[in-house]
Amino acid sequence: MENLIGLLVAAPLLGAAVLLCGGRALDRVGHWLGTALAGVSFLIGAVLFADMLGEETSDRALHSHLFSWIPVGGFRADVGFQLDQLSMTFVLLITGVGTLIHIYSIGYMEHDERRRRFFGYLNLFLAAMLLLVLADNYLLLYVGWEGVGLASYLLIGFWQHKPSAATAAKKAFIVNRVGDVGLSIAIMLMFTTFGTFAFAPVLSEADRAGEGKLTAIGLMLLLAACGKSAQVPLQSWLGDAMEGPTPVSALIHAATMVTAGVYLITRSGAIFNAAPDAQTAVVTVGAVTLLFGAIVGCAKDDIKKALAGSTMSQIGYMILAAGLGPIGYVFAIMHLVTHGFFKAGLFLGAGSVMHAMNDEVDMRKYGGLRRYMPITFATFGLGYLAIIGFPGLSGFWSKDKIIEAAFAKGGTEGWILGAATLLGAAITAYYMTRVMLLTFFGEKRWQPAPDPHKTAGIEPGAEAHPGELPHPHESPKSMTIPMIVLAFGSVFAGGLFSLNDAFVNWLEPVTGHDHGDSPLSAATVTAGTMVVLVVGVALAWAQYGRRPVPVTAPRGSALTRAARRDLLQDDFNHVVLVKPGEYLTRGLDRVDHTLVDGAVNGAAASVGGLSGRLRKLQNGYARTYAVSMFGGAAVLIAATLLMRAV
Amino acid sequence: MNPVNYLYLASLLFTIGAAGVLLRRNAIVVFMCVELMLNACNLAFVAFSRLHGNLDGQIVAFFTMVVAAAEVVVGLAIIVTVFRSRHSASVDDASLMKL
Repeated sequence: MENLIGLLVAAPLLGAAVLLCGGRALDRVGHWLGTALAGVSFLIGAVLFADMLGEETSDRALHSHLFSWIPVGGFRADVGFQLDQLSMTFVLLITGVGTLIHIYSIGYMEHDERRRRFFGYLNLFLAAMLLLVLADNYLLLYVGWEGVGLASYLLIGFWQHKPSAATAAKKAFIVNRVGDVGLSIAIMLMFTTFGTFAFAPVLSEADRAGEGKLTAIGLMLLLAACGKSAQVPLQSWLGDAMEGPTPVSALIHAATMVTAGVYLITRSGAIFNAAPDAQTAVVTVGAVTLLFGAIVGCAKDDIKKALAGSTMSQIGYMILAAGLGPIGYVFAIMHLVTHGFFKAGLFLGAGSVMHAMNDEVDMRKYGGLRRYMPITFATFGLGYLAIIGFPGLSGFWSKDKIIEAAFAKGGTEGWILGAATLLGAAITAYYMTRVMLLTFFGEKRWQPAPDPHKTAGIEPGAEAHPGELPHPHESPKSMTIPMIVLAFGSVFAGGLFSLNDAFVNWLEPVTGHDHGDSPLSAATVTAGTMVVLVVGVALAWAQYGRRPVPVTAPRGSALTRAARRDLLQDDFNHVVLVKPGEYLTRGLDRVDHTLVDGAVNGAAASVGGLSGRLRKLQNGYARTYAVSMFGGAAVLIAATLLMRAV
Repeated sequence: MNPVNYLYLASLLFTIGAAGVLLRRNAIVVFMCVELMLNACNLAFVAFSRLHGNLDGQIVAFFTMVVAAAEVVVGLAIIVTVFRSRHSASVDDASLMKL
């Protein structure tokens, strides 16, 4: 069984290599090959899962040591895999949702002439993400971490002919780099503290290191998680990342890659448990981001950017839960999985709507689509009910548990966190209802298709005729089937996980679990959640359901305008980071020009001047040379005699 | 006769030769003055040989003679060639080796 773990990673990696190196010859079968290998990976994952279920709870973890990567003296870096319950959960989510999105992409990218390359990148992403969650040490995890960053960069900038996509890809890459610095520092700190960076020794000996060091490691890991999971203050890339094709947004920027930060924190639970200050930082980041993302999501008219704000907010929930310690780890991962289902489903639904509407992304130009796209409407609607936490659906089970856990943190902190999560739930209900009403209900606000010559980079698949109103139609089966499967997940996953606390029992051996001491009963929390849910939905209905929606966005309040600009995150980065950086480089440039260049040029000029004068001695007269020779000889003799005399 | 006197003669000859090299312009004369300096050295070597009572100085004198003979061959050839091309034997006229 251990040998199968390597195959999990190898299958998509092989696909990436073949598809990216294979050339045009594979254009006609590339997408089938990529999808098949993703499916193979999922099947291997399922086999391993079935095998794991048959084992005793205590020895479910599998280890597979492949080879010694860097053996230098006492230093050893190994390539080895570890498949425990936590990794297994991720493997199934990644390969399962990944395979569905591969299938969806076959239809979605049908008219793109670079489809083979797209599938190659998707396979590369799967391989890197699997490496990330299967690694048995932090260094190998880092390799996967960088791999998913690369795949994300390549896929955001897939339509590189659009300057906005190219810029968004660079932005994502650079912001991620800041987080990666945190991870590399954390690994170095681990090495100096523990002498190794394999999970088992580091996590089992975490208690013995000083709290100061653990706090430092924890904060650096949090920085890494912020970068990858788009948490405040490194959140600015996620909205722009929506420039990528919609399946990419669904797979990488909603379901899997952006949750890598949650995985990192949960995996490093032992470190955070022993460093309360780092945990406080984690929950603060989570609470701030969950409100930040939700507020941004309320104001965006671009359907994908509204969903991106929502993703940010939902990952804020997970980070917050992971920061609560053993009370929250299990629920962080549970929400991660259910979120993977419903958010991927929502994104695929958004892609389907865009497909039908000539790639229009402005929700104000949708409206009344429920009659034209019944399957998309149904699956999107189920995803919507799941995310707002409608009783019985996935989001209800996982989000409710996080809110409970936040209150169970205890003390003032618990009340603040609980209030933040409740407020977040209300805003979630508001913005998701808004998306729903703008897209599928109300009267048609469709606009004529733009002239493709004027707007560069229309998404492939658009059969737009300039000046005509769109003719919405249901998407092909390859797109609707993944949406239907994900909708099933959105509906049933949460309930299934909560049956007899199945998910808690499953993950407890890895992450530990603690019920905490909640000041409120579970029923009270659920009731409170329902109240805020109804308030959020009602507010959205009052604003967008009861009255007609203007096609051009009204000016709005100061908060709305700020939220449309992502709460001024780019302006903040510009003023605080970019401008000082520019001044610094300009200053350095000036120093270089004046001081360094001055010294070098001055030295060269003085040597040049001196030699210009010296060369006048070469006058060509043999007798002058003879005089200098005799003079020299005389000086030598005089010097010799003088030395003798002394 | 006191061998030191030969040293005085040698230094006198060397000085005359050196003065000739520095002051005369005719290449042939300069050349002859170089020979004079070489022979002044030879005389000094031989005188030292006598003073110290060993043969080292005399051996060096032979070497000097060989060098002088070789130098005459090459030097005269150069002077003749220069004279042919420039119609002058003045060392100051051959002043092309400058920037």
